[in-house]
Amino acid sequence: MINKSHPDTKEVMPLLEVKQLSLSFPQYKEGFEESYIQVIRDFELTIHSGEIVAVVGSSGSGKSLLADSILGILPDNAQTNGTILFEGAPLTPKLQDELRGKAISLIPQSVKALDPLMKTGKQVQSVIRDKKNRKRIQEETFLKLNLPPNTGDKYPFELSGGMARRVLIATAMLSGAKLIIADEPTPGLDEQAWEETLINIKQLSETNGGVMFITHDIHAALKIADKIAVFYAGETIEIANKEDFSGQGDKLRHPYTKALWLALPENDFKALKGNQPDSEEVFTGCVFAPRCPIATEYCRSNKPKSAVINKGITRCFYA
Amino acid sequence: MIKFILKKIGKLGGLLLAISLLSFILISYSPVDPIQSYIGAEVSRITPEQRANIEKYWGLHKSKPEQFFLWAKTVVQGNLGESLIYRKPVAEIISNRFFASITLMGLAWLFSGLFGFLLGVLAGMNEGSILDRIIKGYCFVLASTPAFWLGLLLLMFFAAYLGWFPVGLASPAGSLAGEVSLADKISHLFLPVLTLSIVGVANIALHTREKLIEVLNSEYIRFAKAKGEKGVSLLWRHGLRNISLPAISLHFASFGELFGGAVLTEQVFSYPGLGQAVVKAGLGGDVPLLLGITLFSVIFIFVGNFLADLLYVVIDPRMKIKQSV
Repeated sequence: MINKSHPDTKEVMPLLEVKQLSLSFPQYKEGFEESYIQVIRDFELTIHSGEIVAVVGSSGSGKSLLADSILGILPDNAQTNGTILFEGAPLTPKLQDELRGKAISLIPQSVKALDPLMKTGKQVQSVIRDKKNRKRIQEETFLKLNLPPNTGDKYPFELSGGMARRVLIATAMLSGAKLIIADEPTPGLDEQAWEETLINIKQLSETNGGVMFITHDIHAALKIADKIAVFYAGETIEIANKEDFSGQGDKLRHPYTKALWLALPENDFKALKGNQPDSEEVFTGCVFAPRCPIATEYCRSNKPKSAVINKGITRCFYA
Repeated sequence: MIKFILKKIGKLGGLLLAISLLSFILISYSPVDPIQSYIGAEVSRITPEQRANIEKYWGLHKSKPEQFFLWAKTVVQGNLGESLIYRKPVAEIISNRFFASITLMGLAWLFSGLFGFLLGVLAGMNEGSILDRIIKGYCFVLASTPAFWLGLLLLMFFAAYLGWFPVGLASPAGSLAGEVSLADKISHLFLPVLTLSIVGVANIALHTREKLIEVLNSEYIRFAKAKGEKGVSLLWRHGLRNISLPAISLHFASFGELFGGAVLTEQVFSYPGLGQAVVKAGLGGDVPLLLGITLFSVIFIFVGNFLADLLYVVIDPRMKIKQSV
């Protein structure tokens, strides 16, 4: 098994372990013939306590659904396969029900995640388990996050983007969760709020536990993450360590990760041609083969399995 | 807030002026001859001189604009004139009739709102299920059902065939006002209220369903679920709060349809309300009564819309802030 040989898992039990997770939705086309759209396949990820693991992928690659499947709030018609272990125990729907909002917490993307008709303080208070001191605890946390004293009495539409973000982070902070899933917490923020949010998330990993940092912002990922999982067409094609992203990307294992790294403005600023395949497309070989500069005939007909290479994981025959 | 109300009252004034002008023009060009409808079948017996006298007495010899201003002047003074058919002041007829109608409309409004909302919530919560499809289908059928036709069906079945309810009127025929019991009143009200309620359900149910589906798919429901909220408390805290406001305001704004439905229903059940009076006034050429009821219905519908607006301002925090700024 791959994860057993993973360098970090030898002695410490991981906080979250995802193995061969796949997620699909039924789709009806041409009469009654049922088919499935595969949104996530062969996804793997391990997060240890105190660690930030970024899941980097472009928009529409199913990253938010990944968060939902760990939280257990997927739509009813979603079908999942594979294993998710939380502190070694399989995350069954029943366990997810118990842990959701308590041991596993979500930091959502935007102010839209707050109920428009409820005062922010009240929304945050719902996660505090010390029922008697809810208001006081919430106010203290808001203060700690540099939110003005009356923020709790405000409605979501009265908050600025940065303030809303801090309110959302406060929710995760107060939940006392061991695992925090931050789902795209940085878009639409100015430089200062962006930096502040990242610092807050970093702090959360130190005080609370592990963080799964879902983003399409490589800069943000590199700034705080320990490991970076690259998500492409529903698969984890590489899990690299932060240090691997340097120079011309020679330490990176997968050609897509290299291309991603080199596309950054401070590097070559050269974008890879083509687009990520639609989730309807079915591949017999490697999902990246159509865009890969080093793909061979073998790649197109055989699916690469994930393998540990240089303290990271990748799915490429030529890594 | 005061500015908001004053603005609305100003709008009502303009609306009343425009509607009364339009109605007056329409009536004055209609083939209805007020003298003929006043005299009735014996109109051929009166001499042209007598006719001219009546015309002069009513001011019909004056030009149309003059007639309008004469009418408008007395209306502003609080006098709506006298009904030609009932030989009573228009204001008195309206207040009597309105009392009968408001019971009918109020009950129908309440029931259709409650059941519509309930059905909408049930359908929205179970989107795509058999229950949802049944409710949706039921609403589509209802939305395309005319009130008078449904009234006739109910009348045929419950009153004529089963004989459970009286065929019409608001009280047993021939009874004196003091003798009518509450049970009598209810049994006479039952079918008209049922008709109006059933017709009113579709709109509110479909709207509530749409809104609930939208809310359930929203980011804030996802986040609330992620926070560990679930089941009834999730629906109560974040679902119903967010859908009740549009539903309530929509229901207040439906006073117009309610009034229109009442006109037809009262006609079918010979229920002596405002709706029946307006039909009689129209057919009998009773211009003062027709104009009076028209003005009254404008105010009635306006009040509905006004309440809908007011509710938003009072309940929705997003509106409140805008008002105070």
